[in-house]
Amino acid sequence: MLTLEKRPNPSRAWAIVTPILAVILTMIAGGLMFAVLGKDPVEAIRTIFWDPLFNAQFASYSRPQLLVKAGPLVLIAVGLSFGFRASIWNIGAEGQYIMGAIAAMGVALAFYPTNYWFVFPLMVLAGAFGGWAWAMIPAFLKNRYGTNEILVSLMLVYVAENIESWMAFGPMRNPQGMGFPGSRNLQQYPAAHNSELIAGTGLHWGVVTAGLAVIIGYVLLKRHIFGFNIQVAGQAPRAARFAGVDPKRLFSLCMGLSGACAGLAGMFEVAGPAGQITDSFNVGYGFTAIIVAYLGRLHPIGILLAGLLMALTYIGGEIAQLSLNLPAAAIQAFQGMLLFFLLGVDVLSNYRIRIKRRAQA
Amino acid sequence: MIAGIDPVVLIASLMAASTPILLAALGELVAERSGVLNLGVEGMMITGAICGFIVAVHTGSPFLGFVAAAAGGAALALLFAFLTQVLLSNQVATGLAATLFGLGLSSLMGQGYSGIKPPPTANVPFGPLAHLPVLGPILFSHDWVLYFSLALVVGTWAFLKYTRAGLVLRAVGENHDAAHALGYRVRLIRTLALAHGGACAGLGGAYLSLVRVPQWTEGITAGAGWIALAIVVFASWRPGRVLLGAYIFGGVSVLQLRLQAAGIAIPVQILSMAPYLITILVLVVMSARRGRAAIGAPAALGRVFHASD
Repeated sequence: MLTLEKRPNPSRAWAIVTPILAVILTMIAGGLMFAVLGKDPVEAIRTIFWDPLFNAQFASYSRPQLLVKAGPLVLIAVGLSFGFRASIWNIGAEGQYIMGAIAAMGVALAFYPTNYWFVFPLMVLAGAFGGWAWAMIPAFLKNRYGTNEILVSLMLVYVAENIESWMAFGPMRNPQGMGFPGSRNLQQYPAAHNSELIAGTGLHWGVVTAGLAVIIGYVLLKRHIFGFNIQVAGQAPRAARFAGVDPKRLFSLCMGLSGACAGLAGMFEVAGPAGQITDSFNVGYGFTAIIVAYLGRLHPIGILLAGLLMALTYIGGEIAQLSLNLPAAAIQAFQGMLLFFLLGVDVLSNYRIRIKRRAQA
Repeated sequence: MIAGIDPVVLIASLMAASTPILLAALGELVAERSGVLNLGVEGMMITGAICGFIVAVHTGSPFLGFVAAAAGGAALALLFAFLTQVLLSNQVATGLAATLFGLGLSSLMGQGYSGIKPPPTANVPFGPLAHLPVLGPILFSHDWVLYFSLALVVGTWAFLKYTRAGLVLRAVGENHDAAHALGYRVRLIRTLALAHGGACAGLGGAYLSLVRVPQWTEGITAGAGWIALAIVVFASWRPGRVLLGAYIFGGVSVLQLRLQAAGIAIPVQILSMAPYLITILVLVVMSARRGRAAIGAPAALGRVFHASD
């Protein structure tokens, strides 16, 4: 009979192996799912994981997309990972992403059509502020009244989506848009446009910020008292209190930080690849980032790799839609499956499996 | 009141609007009383919505649709149970995974089903009773699922309060180590509670796709599962208050729809926010009113159980 024996400390070796194992298991289970849908599983997996990078026909288009999609995912996930380590569950990053974008768009439209140099930096600040402020609502309610932050942050996603749609149809609608919903397109407003820094790479300021977030995140986590406090608060809340960690302050910091990161991601997206606020501006990066954070083991370097992998599945999914007629939703189910497997195989790093005979009387 | 809104019609339609949330919240209540926080309700609801829809369309029977919906929701819940109870994964993260997976799976299964009308679910024939003024539309002109949801409120209450099985379930939720020491099978009991919760969520989802809307659209639940979770907190884990909570939220969402239809000069999107804002407000009021200990949450809620030797 198999029994589980708790390890005194999570195994470091397994902590690195499990995400890879989860990806392999997801490929197998995903292949089965594609087979059920009547697609060749090997071809589907190859289309999703190989073609975006190496296919002669698509790769020139899809390689830059890798950074465009990984940027927001990594930025949001790094922000979230701090809170998750301390059991602070901000799952409303999608809403904070939207509010960051709306705040930045507000700044851009206020200065339209001037070409001052400070428009873009001001938008960055506004984006971070928008996301921060939206995340501080659940943080304030938790600290002041003990309200569950999971539910509040999630409810605020739906509120933010409604604000986004209201903005697209109302206050921010492009006056020269021939009556179509949606704001002005910032790609046509140079002072506010988050353009590609090196042509053909997909590298824009958001990707640079995501890279910085990984480095800063690493330093904070490994070399700074803040990271230490978070780890202690997650593993032993009582010990953290004795060590002088103020749980409320830590809560506000983690929520605010993750909100600001999500807001920044929204800002760079609306100023660059998306260009405008429409009622379908948000595409679920805030939720996928949760998977990315876990796949990366809540570690900045891991998150970087996980973000790239997840971006790959997005692009591969798009290619598979075109070439194999695979429904868009299949990729969403695929990503959900990945998180399932990841959490499932985690048992190997926290527990040891022992084969035990039943005790004989 | 605003002209064009008849209170009797409003009450009758708020009952129907509340039923999906009521069903899902009742199921989640039982799961949480056994000590498991299942954040996958939204995913289980939408899985039920599509399973029920597909089966109802192909068999022509709404009843079989609801059965399939319960089975679909329970299947996803069993997956959640396997991960959290056997593989001892984090309940919050696993719940999110279940929701994300359910949303993806449902839109995958629903390919080619949008725009189809499902077979109608008939009202229970009460004969002349349905024509009574005021009481008729409110009490005697609904479908069987709505009456089932009301019966489930009473059933859940009686089960938890008066049966031995209910007592054991609550014991597991309050202190799983003590329950384990007494010889109760903690993981089995929690798995059953989760399967029940998933089945209820599936029924709630199917009520949306087969009765309320009634058709299949991607993301049809639009956060109803999360609202159900909030209602369980609002209700302090008591079935009677779940009914009250669900009907308040149903009322708010029906009222805002009526206001939209009445062409009031508030943007539609602002009105659509109302149910979510009210949910937050109610959560705040509930958590502010009393201390954490007295709030009625099961003591072992969300804690991983591992019977160490």
